[in-house]
Amino acid sequence: MDVVIVVIKIVAALVWFLTLTLYLTWLERKESALIQDRIGANRANIGKFRFLGLFQPFADAIKMIFKEDFVPAFSNKFLHTLAPFLSFFFVAVTICAVPFGSELRIGGRSINLQILDMDAGLLFILAMLSVGIYGLILSGWASRNRFALLGSVRGAAQLISYEVALGLSLIGLIMVYPSLRLQNIVAFQGENLLGWIPKWGVLLQPLGFIIFLFAALAETKRVPFDLPEGESEIIGFFAEYGGLKWGLFMMTDFMEIIVVSALLTTLFFGGWQVPWLAADGFHWPWGGAWALPHGLVVLFQLLAFNVKIIFFCWLQILIRWTYPRFRYDQLMDLGWKLLIPLSLVNIVGTAVVMGILK
Amino acid sequence: MIKSLGYFLEIIRGGLITARHFFVNMHYHILRAVGIKTRRRGAVTIQYPEVRKELAARHRSLHRLTRRDDGQPRCVSCMLCVTVCPSECIFVEATEDPDPEIQKLPARFIIDESRCCFCGFCVEACPEDAIRMDTGIIEAADTVRRDLIYDMNKLLR
Repeated sequence: MDVVIVVIKIVAALVWFLTLTLYLTWLERKESALIQDRIGANRANIGKFRFLGLFQPFADAIKMIFKEDFVPAFSNKFLHTLAPFLSFFFVAVTICAVPFGSELRIGGRSINLQILDMDAGLLFILAMLSVGIYGLILSGWASRNRFALLGSVRGAAQLISYEVALGLSLIGLIMVYPSLRLQNIVAFQGENLLGWIPKWGVLLQPLGFIIFLFAALAETKRVPFDLPEGESEIIGFFAEYGGLKWGLFMMTDFMEIIVVSALLTTLFFGGWQVPWLAADGFHWPWGGAWALPHGLVVLFQLLAFNVKIIFFCWLQILIRWTYPRFRYDQLMDLGWKLLIPLSLVNIVGTAVVMGILK
Repeated sequence: MIKSLGYFLEIIRGGLITARHFFVNMHYHILRAVGIKTRRRGAVTIQYPEVRKELAARHRSLHRLTRRDDGQPRCVSCMLCVTVCPSECIFVEATEDPDPEIQKLPARFIIDESRCCFCGFCVEACPEDAIRMDTGIIEAADTVRRDLIYDMNKLLR
């Protein structure tokens, strides 16, 4: 029975993940269009029905599947094929540490709404995001194309630089939170400050949040930080890819957006917490309570988690379509000269404040 | 330090501007998608094949030859348009008109639309108002070059 539950959880989480990824491609097109006062994808339809082009992702997928699977003669065929799967796998696997909700009680059984409840869940996600660099480096290297190699070298330099800032920005947070277990972190954020402000990470660690946001944006390697891809100068590490393999790289990008949103939500915005919602219903700060059945509470939690994630996905796409890209030296300056010193300041400041409050 | 803080604020302002565009336009798109008519459109795009932009009154589109009241072409084969045409795409062969008042009539009047640059000089030159560029046809594409050589049948519309 436990095995069945785990399988169901894995399938449900993957379906959620991939559907959201598909619809992020739609959101990307639509949002970029609306920002520029254009219309965006609106032609894909089933019969007469073409509501805002919502079938566009499926049309894209069908197009991509029927493209020729092309491997250049001069590339290393095995590694060239392996690279997109590696980068896809290491992002897809992070979903198993993301807490979607607290727990669901059905028939005397308590199901944790997280696939794998690890003690070091946070480290697991960070580690998998770091290992994802392998796909990027391999793709450029195995292509035997100078521009692809240039892209992957840049990508490696960028991701490793920002990995430092990403890790350091979270140390302040880890000092505040009691555990690295993501469920514990989220449960901790369910308490209230001064009796009425939700005790979300962004209030405890505002500087850490800003640093993490920048470093995470760099980690997704999209436009303000798109040095590995660099559409306008080098085509980037996937220059020699086409069809579904290129599609895997693109999906990896969008899945990274979702994972980063999930991390931002879980660490800084209370994960599945709804303000003032406890396990038995709402406890209003102005007194009084509103009891809710267990199923409704879980539904609220799942909804809150999804709304927060979609907001951060939207925000990242907004950032991608608003700001111009960095030059390579500016990128390195921002990482090494601004974000890392700031995150060190954040660690010291957090330590001092915690020492005083103790 | 203060300068870069100023940059940071401007960066945030830029994000708010694009976010405003997104929400305002999305509002109109959703209203129209569920069938509520709005005066604003949410996008500046004109969805070309279905919706057409109104052409300007002086827009130079495909040529036509005008007719007299009795249905004959107004053209008197004076060759002014042939002379003025910078692309040399007009060919006129004259013949005698049965009406002695008019003297000449085009036996053949051919415009090679594939060479025409739509400068409108022929219209300016014509003393009889016999050729005009006011058909409003702007898609004169064809698959064979021969089909773009318009004779009198096609031009007298």
